[in-house]
Amino acid sequence: MHNIEFLEPDARVIAQRESIVSRLREALPADCVIDDPRELTPFETDAFTAYKRLPLAVVLPETTAQVAKALKLCHQMGVPVVPRGAGTSLAGGAIPQEDAVVIGVSKMIRILDVDYANRTATVEAGVTNLAISDAVSADGFFYAPDPSSQLACTIGGNIGMNSGGAHCLKYGVTTNNLLGAKLVLLDGTIIELGGKALDAPGLDLLGLLCGSEGQLGMITEATVRLIAKPEGARPVLFGFDDPEVAGACVSDIIASGIIPVAIEFMDKPAIDICEAFAKAGYPMDVQALLIVEVEGSDAEMDDMLKSIIRIAKKHNVKSVRESQTATEAAQIWKGRKSAFGATGRIADYICMDGTVPLGQLSYVLRETYKIIDSYGLQVANVFHAGDGNMHPLILYDVNDPDKAEKAEAAGMDILKLCVDAGGCLTGEHGVGIEKRDLMLHQFNETDLSQQMAVRAAFDPGHLLNPSKVFPLEMTARAIETKSAA
Amino acid sequence: MSGEILTPKTEEEAAAIVASSITAGRRLRLSGTGTKSSGFAGESSALSSLGLTGILSYNPAELVITARAGTPMTEINAALNEHNQMLAFEPGNWGVALGAPGTQTIGGIAATNQSGSRRFVSGAARDSLLGVRFVNGKGEIIKNGGRVMKNVTGLDLVKLLAGSWGTLGFLTEVSFKVLPRPVMEKTLAVQFSDDTAGTQLLASAMATSADVTGAAHLPAKAVKVLAEAKLDEKPTSLLRFEGFEASIDERIKRVKPYLSTQSGLSVIAHEHSRRLWADMNDLALFSGTADRHLWKLSLPPSKGIETALALSENSETNWFADWQGGLVWVECAPEQSGVQSLAAQSGAHATLMRKGSGTGGQSAMFQPLPPAAAALSEAVRSSLDPHNVFLSPMNFASSNALAA
Repeated sequence: MHNIEFLEPDARVIAQRESIVSRLREALPADCVIDDPRELTPFETDAFTAYKRLPLAVVLPETTAQVAKALKLCHQMGVPVVPRGAGTSLAGGAIPQEDAVVIGVSKMIRILDVDYANRTATVEAGVTNLAISDAVSADGFFYAPDPSSQLACTIGGNIGMNSGGAHCLKYGVTTNNLLGAKLVLLDGTIIELGGKALDAPGLDLLGLLCGSEGQLGMITEATVRLIAKPEGARPVLFGFDDPEVAGACVSDIIASGIIPVAIEFMDKPAIDICEAFAKAGYPMDVQALLIVEVEGSDAEMDDMLKSIIRIAKKHNVKSVRESQTATEAAQIWKGRKSAFGATGRIADYICMDGTVPLGQLSYVLRETYKIIDSYGLQVANVFHAGDGNMHPLILYDVNDPDKAEKAEAAGMDILKLCVDAGGCLTGEHGVGIEKRDLMLHQFNETDLSQQMAVRAAFDPGHLLNPSKVFPLEMTARAIETKSAA
Repeated sequence: MSGEILTPKTEEEAAAIVASSITAGRRLRLSGTGTKSSGFAGESSALSSLGLTGILSYNPAELVITARAGTPMTEINAALNEHNQMLAFEPGNWGVALGAPGTQTIGGIAATNQSGSRRFVSGAARDSLLGVRFVNGKGEIIKNGGRVMKNVTGLDLVKLLAGSWGTLGFLTEVSFKVLPRPVMEKTLAVQFSDDTAGTQLLASAMATSADVTGAAHLPAKAVKVLAEAKLDEKPTSLLRFEGFEASIDERIKRVKPYLSTQSGLSVIAHEHSRRLWADMNDLALFSGTADRHLWKLSLPPSKGIETALALSENSETNWFADWQGGLVWVECAPEQSGVQSLAAQSGAHATLMRKGSGTGGQSAMFQPLPPAAAALSEAVRSSLDPHNVFLSPMNFASSNALAA
C-alpha cells in the first residue's frame, strides 16, 4: 500500500539539516531535540501504519514558550512542521515527512486548573483524554468525548482532529466541549482563545481550530467543559436476524423521543471476531447486534429501557440481554470496545469512517457488502448507529500486495458511497493523508480553495502539516503560486 | 435611514450581486429581517436573505432540517412542532426587545449564533449547525459541512460562519440538527433574601447528576415581570428539568438535598414553566424600553451574578442571568460606562445588542479583541472577503471604527 504520495521533500531543507538541528538545540533544552535516526523511528508513523516517513528531527518542548521558539525557528528557516499528539491518528494525520520537524506535546502533561464552580479543566496539550476524566472522577465529573484511543490520545490531538467517540450522540464531540485554548502561531505569536465563558468574543477561531489537523498552529493548552457524571449508565444488547431491521429499530428509537447516550451496531463478521477475542457472551445466531445505552437513576433507566425494549420487540428482536450490575454492563461493552484490537489480531485492516444520514444506514450497509464482494474481500462493520458514523473494517493481508491494493480501493469506493448517500468522508478520524485525494468527491475546487485560503491566513507558506487534508496537487499548486509571487 | 435593500431570489443572483458590488465599489450590509443590527444599519446597501425562503428537506427520523437562509423562524418552528422536535439551543424571538419587531430568519439565527437557555448544556446554535452554503466576498458560492451529525471533513467553516454577523459571507442555506422535544418540563424555584446566594446554588445544582437543562437567576424586579405573580418578589434562582414526568419528579427530589435548606423552594408546573423560559428567551424583561442600552455579557458562570450586581451598584439597571450565570443581560442608561472593561476583568466580554436612543452612549457593538487576536481575525476575514465588500458590525482592523 504505497499509493499515497507526499510532497516532494525540499532538498534545500534537508541539506541544512545540521544547522537546523543545532539552531533548535541552541534555543531549547538539549533533551528536547532528537535527531538520532534510531530515536526518530518511533515518530515515523502513527496508527495509519501502512505509511512511514522518517522526520528530519523531533522537538518535544516542555512549555508554550519553547513551542513558540521551535515554531518561530522553523518558520524562519522555511522548515515544514508536523505537530504530534500521541500519534494515534487512523488517517495518517501525524505521519511526518523527510524535510519536516515533528513538534510533539508528549512532555506537556500538567493539569493546570480544575474549576468546579465553572465546570472547567485547563490542561496542557499532552494530557491524555482519559486523564482529564480520571482527575475529576472522584468529584463526580467527567470529560465527555471518548475516542477509542482515549487511554493514549492527547487533548491536543483531539482538538486537531475534532475527535468524537461512542457517547457523542448525547454529549457532542471535541468542538462542542472546548471552551478555550492557547494557540501558538507559526511565527511564534501566542494567542489566547476563549476561556471559561461559554462564548468567545469575535470570530469562532476555536471552532475553526477543531479538526484543522495541525495546519493552523499548535495548541499548547486547552480549557474544556466538565460535566457532572450521570447517576448510572446501563446498556441493553439486542440481537437481530437482519441488519436492516436493526437499522429500522434505531430510527424508531430516535423517533420515539428517547435519545440514548450511545447506539452501537455490529454486523455478523464483527460479532464473530469480537466474541472469539473478548468472550463477551454475544449471541452467535444473529446477523446484527445493537448496544443501546441509557443514563440516569435506576428508576429512569428502567423506564427508558422498558420503552426501548418495547420498540425492539416490534422489530422482532431475537435476543435481548439486559444488565443489572456494573459487571454485566461492562461485559456487554467488552466485545464492542475490543473490536479494533480483536480485528487486528486476525488480519490487517483499514478502518473507514464515513458518516451518512440516519435514513441511509441500511442502504449504505447493503452497498458496502456489494463493494467488498466485488473485490473478493471481507469486511466487519462496527459503528455509531445513532449518529450515522460508520466504521467498516476492511480485512486484508499486509504481505499480499494485491489484497492490500484492493482493500485500499474498496475503502475509497465505500467513502464515495457515503458521500453520494448525502454523507461525508470522515466523521471523527480526520482526512489526514488517507482521504485527502477524495476531497474533490465531496467538495468542488472553489469550496476547497476557500478552505485553503483560510488555512493560508495562518500559514501562507504551507509549512504546517503540508501533505495533509487537501488534494496534493492543489497544495503543490498553491505552494508554487506562492513562491512565484 | 438605510440605503437600498437587495433581496435575491436565488443563490446565483446573490453571488452576482456580490460580484457586481466588487466592481462597483459598493459595500453590502448582510441581513435577514434585520432584528439584531437595526441600530447599526447606517446608509449602506443591504443584501437581505428575505427572498431566499423555504424548508428544503426535513425528515424527522434523521434529526436534520435544511432550509434557505431567509426562512422565517415561525415556519421552522411550526414544522418542528408538528413532529414534536426542536432546535436544542432554543433561540427566542429578540425582535421586540431589540426594537425591531419582526420574524427572525433561520439564517439570522445562524449568523449571530443566537442561543437560548438550553445552550449551556446542549450547545449553542453553532453546535447544532451542521452545514452551510454561502456566498463569499469574491462572489463565489461555497458549501461547507453537510447534513450529518459527525463530520470532520476539511476545515470547519460552519463554525466560523456561525456568529460572524455577516462579516465573512452571505448565508444562503443552513442545515441544523434537531432533537425530540421533551414531553414535559417543571421548574424548581429557589428564593433567597440576597442575589449573591444564586451563584453557589446554581453551581451546586450543576454539580449533581440531576440533568438540569435551564439554570437562571432573576433579581426581585425581574421576578415581578416574569413570574406571573406566582412567586414572591425576591431574588430567585430557577432550575429547569425536562423529560418524562416520573423522571422529572425523581430528579427534583434528588437535587434538593444539595440546595441550601433555608431557601424557599417551589415547583413551577409545566405550562407556566414553558411560558417562563420562553419569556426569558424572548427577552420579555426588556420590551418597550428602547431609550436604554441593552448589553449581553458572556462570562465564566461564577462571575455572572456578581458582575450584574456590580453594574447595578450606582445606577438603575434591569437584568437577569442565564446559563448558570454564564450569560447576563443588562439594560442600563446609555451613559453607563465601563461595561466592556468590567466584563474584561472577569474573563468575559460584553456585546451591545441594542443601542439606547437616549443621550450619550459612545459604544462599539463588540468588545475590541487583543491586538494579536484582532490581527489574526482580520487575516481570516480577509481570506473570505478580500475586497472588503461586506460591511459588518465586527471590525478587526480598527476596533474603534464603529464607536460613533
